[in-house]
Amino acid sequence: MKALNRKLLRELWQLKSQMISIALVVATGIMTVVTMRGSYESLVIAQQDYYQQTRFADVWVSLRRAPETLRQQISNLPGVALAETRIGFMATLDLEGLDAPAIGRFISLPENSRPVLNDIQIRQGRYIEPGAPDEVIISEKFAAARGLRPGDGVRAIINGRARELDIVGIAISPEHIYAMPPGSLMPEDSRYGILWMGERALGPAYDMEGAFNEAFVKLSPDADSLAVIDGLNTLLQPYGGFGAYTRRDQPSHMILQGELDQNRVMGTAIPGVFLGVAVFLLHLVLSRLISTQRGEIAVLKAFGYRNIEVGLHFLMFALAAVFLGIVLGGLGGAWLGRAYIGIYQMYFDLPGLQFSMNWQLVLIASSVSLLGACTGAMNAVLKAVRLPPAEAMRPEPPASFKPGLMERIGIARLLPSAGRMILRNVERKALQSFLSSLGVAFSVAILVIGFFMFDGVRFLMDLQFREIQREDVSVNFHQHQSDRVLHELWRLPGVTRVEPFRTVPARLSNGHLYRDSGIQGMQADGKLRRVVSSNILTYPLPADGLVLSRVLAQRLDVNAGDWLHVQMLEGQRQQHPVQVTGVVDDFMGVSAYMDIQALHQLSGEHGLISGVYLSVTQDERSRLYQTLKQMPMVAGVASPAEMLVSFDTQMAQNIFISVGFLVGFASVIAVGVIYNGARIALSERGRELASLRVMGFHRREVAILLLGEQALITLFAIPMGWVIGYSMAWLVVQGMATDMFRIPYVLNPQTWLYSALITMAAALASGIAVRRRLDHFDLISVLKTRE
Amino acid sequence: MDASAEVILRAEKLCKIYSMGDIVVNALKDVDLELHRGELLVLLGASGSGKSTLLNILGGLDVPSTGRLLYAGKDLTKASDHELTVYRREHVGFVFQFYNLVSSLTARENVALVTDIARNPMKPEDALALVGLSARIDHFPSQLSGGEQQRVAIARAIAKRPDILLCDEPTGALDAKTGKLVLSVLNEVNRETGTTTAIITHNAAIGAIGDTVLRMSSGEIVERYTNNTRADVDSVEW
Repeated sequence: MKALNRKLLRELWQLKSQMISIALVVATGIMTVVTMRGSYESLVIAQQDYYQQTRFADVWVSLRRAPETLRQQISNLPGVALAETRIGFMATLDLEGLDAPAIGRFISLPENSRPVLNDIQIRQGRYIEPGAPDEVIISEKFAAARGLRPGDGVRAIINGRARELDIVGIAISPEHIYAMPPGSLMPEDSRYGILWMGERALGPAYDMEGAFNEAFVKLSPDADSLAVIDGLNTLLQPYGGFGAYTRRDQPSHMILQGELDQNRVMGTAIPGVFLGVAVFLLHLVLSRLISTQRGEIAVLKAFGYRNIEVGLHFLMFALAAVFLGIVLGGLGGAWLGRAYIGIYQMYFDLPGLQFSMNWQLVLIASSVSLLGACTGAMNAVLKAVRLPPAEAMRPEPPASFKPGLMERIGIARLLPSAGRMILRNVERKALQSFLSSLGVAFSVAILVIGFFMFDGVRFLMDLQFREIQREDVSVNFHQHQSDRVLHELWRLPGVTRVEPFRTVPARLSNGHLYRDSGIQGMQADGKLRRVVSSNILTYPLPADGLVLSRVLAQRLDVNAGDWLHVQMLEGQRQQHPVQVTGVVDDFMGVSAYMDIQALHQLSGEHGLISGVYLSVTQDERSRLYQTLKQMPMVAGVASPAEMLVSFDTQMAQNIFISVGFLVGFASVIAVGVIYNGARIALSERGRELASLRVMGFHRREVAILLLGEQALITLFAIPMGWVIGYSMAWLVVQGMATDMFRIPYVLNPQTWLYSALITMAAALASGIAVRRRLDHFDLISVLKTRE
Repeated sequence: MDASAEVILRAEKLCKIYSMGDIVVNALKDVDLELHRGELLVLLGASGSGKSTLLNILGGLDVPSTGRLLYAGKDLTKASDHELTVYRREHVGFVFQFYNLVSSLTARENVALVTDIARNPMKPEDALALVGLSARIDHFPSQLSGGEQQRVAIARAIAKRPDILLCDEPTGALDAKTGKLVLSVLNEVNRETGTTTAIITHNAAIGAIGDTVLRMSSGEIVERYTNNTRADVDSVEW
C-alpha cells in the first residue's frame, strides 16, 4: 500500500467519530428518499396494478331502483366502454362478543360469471355457487378482525329479518381498499365488513328482483367523463339517481389517492430537506476539516506530491464519509421502507403492495450527496493546495481580529474574557456561524413539523369528537323515515335525548362551477351535533340558508351572502336559489349544513329524517344496542366515543415509533453540526486552549471557551428553527389539504418546548463527547506542534 | 543573587522515560536541581538534550517517571491533575517560543486572561508597561510584530506575579535584535520583581546573562556554573 493511502486509512480511523456523524447525516437523507419516495412509488404501482386487474370503474352512480333492462342503455351511452349494475345496501350484523351492532355493506355478485367491473379477488375459499341463497363472501380485513373463516357462519339482520349466512370465501375488492364504515373516519375492521352475495339471493330481500340500485361504467379511452356523467344523470333521473361521480369521489379511492398525494408531497419535501441539510453539512464540515490539515498539505507538497494527488487524497475524506452514508442509508431505507409499507398494509387492502427498492432513487440521492461533498471539500482543498508549501508550513499567523460590533456598542467591556472570546469568534466567522446555526435550526424545524402533525391531528380529533359529534350513538336508517319514529326512539332503553338529522344529496352550483354534496339538515338548537369552527366557536345555524365548509365555498367561489343554485338529487328534485349565510373553517370532509326545517322546506318533503343522534345513559347502552340490532329501519349504528378510543389506540401504537424516528433524525443533524463544529474548533484552537490550560485554567474553564461558541450557535438556532418549522408546517397544511380532511394549523406550546429541548440535548451530548477529548488533551504535545 | 536565598523549587533525581513502541527513550537521567528565589537560571542544550522535558516537569505540565519535585516543600510528583493546575495557575508563568497568544483577544485582554484568575495580579496595563507595550495595548495579535507578540506573552506570564517564570526558547522565533529586546525585558522583570526565572535556549551566548547556567546533553546536566556578575543583555552577541 502506498504511504499516502496508509495515511488516509489511519487518519480516517482517527477521525472516525466525525466521519460517522457526517455519514449518518448522508444516510438519513438517502434513507428518507428511499423510504418515503420509494413507498410512494410502491403504493402507486400496487394501486395501478390492482385497478387494472380488477377492472376498477371510472364513473359511479347510486339510485333508488331501476330495472335491469336499463343496463343496456347505460352501455350504449357515448363514451361508455363497459357497464355493470348491482344491488348494494347496508345491514346490521349481529356478531358474537360485540354489543354494538356491526355494519355490513352487502353487495350483489353475478351468480354465473364474475363481475365485469370491480371484480373481487378471492383470498380463501371460493366464489359463490349459483342458486345458493345463504352463501356469502366476506372481506379479508373484517374476517381477520373477527376471526372468521370459510365454513363459519355470520348473522345479519337483512330488512328486519335475521338470516344465518354461510361464509364460503374471503375476498378483497378495489372499492374497499380503505374500508370505512359510514360516519367514521378510519377503518373499523372489527365492526364493519363487506359481504358479497349472489344477486338472486340478495335481490328479493330488498325488493330488487330484476332491478339494481348501483351502476358503474368503464370509460372508453377518448371519453369525456363529464359528458358520461351528464348522460347517466339524465338517464337515471326518473329512477331516483343520486348523481353520478367519477373515481375521484369514490370513498376508498379518494382516501387512497389523498394518502398518495400527501405521500408525494411529504416524500418529496422531507427527503429534500434532509438531503439539502446533508449536502450543506458536508460542505461546512469538510471544508473546515480540510482547512485544519493545511500544514500536512504543505508538507506533502514539499515532498513533491502533485496538486492533483494532494487534492484527491483529501477529497477521499469526503468520499469515504459519503460512501459510508450511502451504504447505511440504502440499507436503512430498504428496512424502513418495508416497515413503512407494513403500516400501509394495516390500513389499506392492496394485494400487490410490497416495498420495491428503487435503485434509481438511491443513485440520484447518492449523486446529490457526492456532489455536495465534493464541492464542499474541493473549495478547501483548492485553497490549501494553492498555498506555497513554505508559507503553509510556517505557523499560521494569528487569526485576524479587529475591533468589531461589540467594541463599537461597548458591550465588550461588560463581558468576561471568556464571553469576549466566544463572541469575537462567532463575530469573526459570522457566515460560518450563521450557517452552522441554520443547520441546527433544521433539526429544530424537523421536530416542530413532526410534533405539529400530532398536534394537528390531536386537535382535529378533539374538535370532532368532543365539540362537533357529542352524541353517544348515531343511527342511520335504510331509507328516510317519517319523524313519527322519534317517539319510538325516545322510548328505547337509556335514551335521554334524540335529535333527528336529514341528509339530502344535492348539486350546488354557482355559474359553471358545481359540486355534488349532501346537504346535512340538523336541529338549529341541537346539542348533540353542532357546526363548530376551527376556533372552537359554535356556529349557530340560521333559520334559512346554507353554511358551507370553507373548502366547498372556495371550490364554488362563493362567500357568505352570495347565492347558490341548489338542485336536490332525490325525491321531487326541486331546484331553488339558496343564500350562503355562513362559511365555516372545518377540517373533516366537505359539508353543507342547514337547519332541518329549512331543508324540509327546500326539498318539499316534510317530516322525513335520515337518522338520529342519541344521548344514552352508560348502563343502558348494551340493551339499547340489542334493541337497535333488531330494528328493520336501522342500517348502521356508530359511536363517536368508540371511534375516539380506537383512534387513540392506533395513535398510541404509532406515536412512539414516529417520535423515535423524528428524534433520531433531528439528533443526527444537530450532532452532525455541533459535534463536528466543536471537534474542528478543537483542532483549530487546540494550541490556544492548551496554552490556557498551561497557564492554570481548569478543564471546565477551557471547555466553556470551546463549547460556549457551540452553545451560542445552538441557542441562536432554536428561534430560527421555530420560524422555519412554523413556515414549513404551513406548507404541509397546504400540501396535505384534501377534501377528506385538512390538518389544523395548530401548534401546542409543548411542541416549541420539546423541539428546543431535544435539539439542546443532542447539542449537549455532542459537547460532552468533545469535552472528554479536551480533558484528555496532551498539553505538551499540543504546545510543541505547530498546528 | 544571594546564594543563601530560599530554595523555591527542588528537583531530586528526576528521570523521565518515554516508551515509543519498542524503543525506550531516557529523556531525563537523574537530574538534580535547585532554584533559588530571585535567581535567573539559563538552561542550555541542543535540541533533544532534554531541556524542554525538564522545563515541562518544573512547570507542572508533565510528571517525572521517578524522582521528586518539591515546590516550597510540597511534593509535586504526587499531585493530582487538579493540584497541578492550581500550581500552574497560582505560581508559574509560562513564555512559549511561539507566543501562544489568544488570537481573538487584544494585548490587554490576553494579559487580563491571566489576571482574571490570579490572586494578586498586576493591572494588565502595568504588566504591558513593564514590557514597553503601553502604546499597543488594544491591538490584536494579528496587528502586532513577532517581538511585540512575545512581549505580550511575557506580560501575560508576569502579570499574575508568579513565583517562577519559565521561558521555553523565548527568542527562538525572533531575529537577533528583537530577541535581545525580549531578553532585556525578561532581565528587567527578574531584577525589578524578583521573579525566579528559568530560560531555556540552545543559544550558548545567552548563558552570560544568568546567575546560574546549566548545560544539558542526552538528558543529563553535563555542566553547571555560576556567573559572578550577570552580563548586560546588550553586550551579548549572537
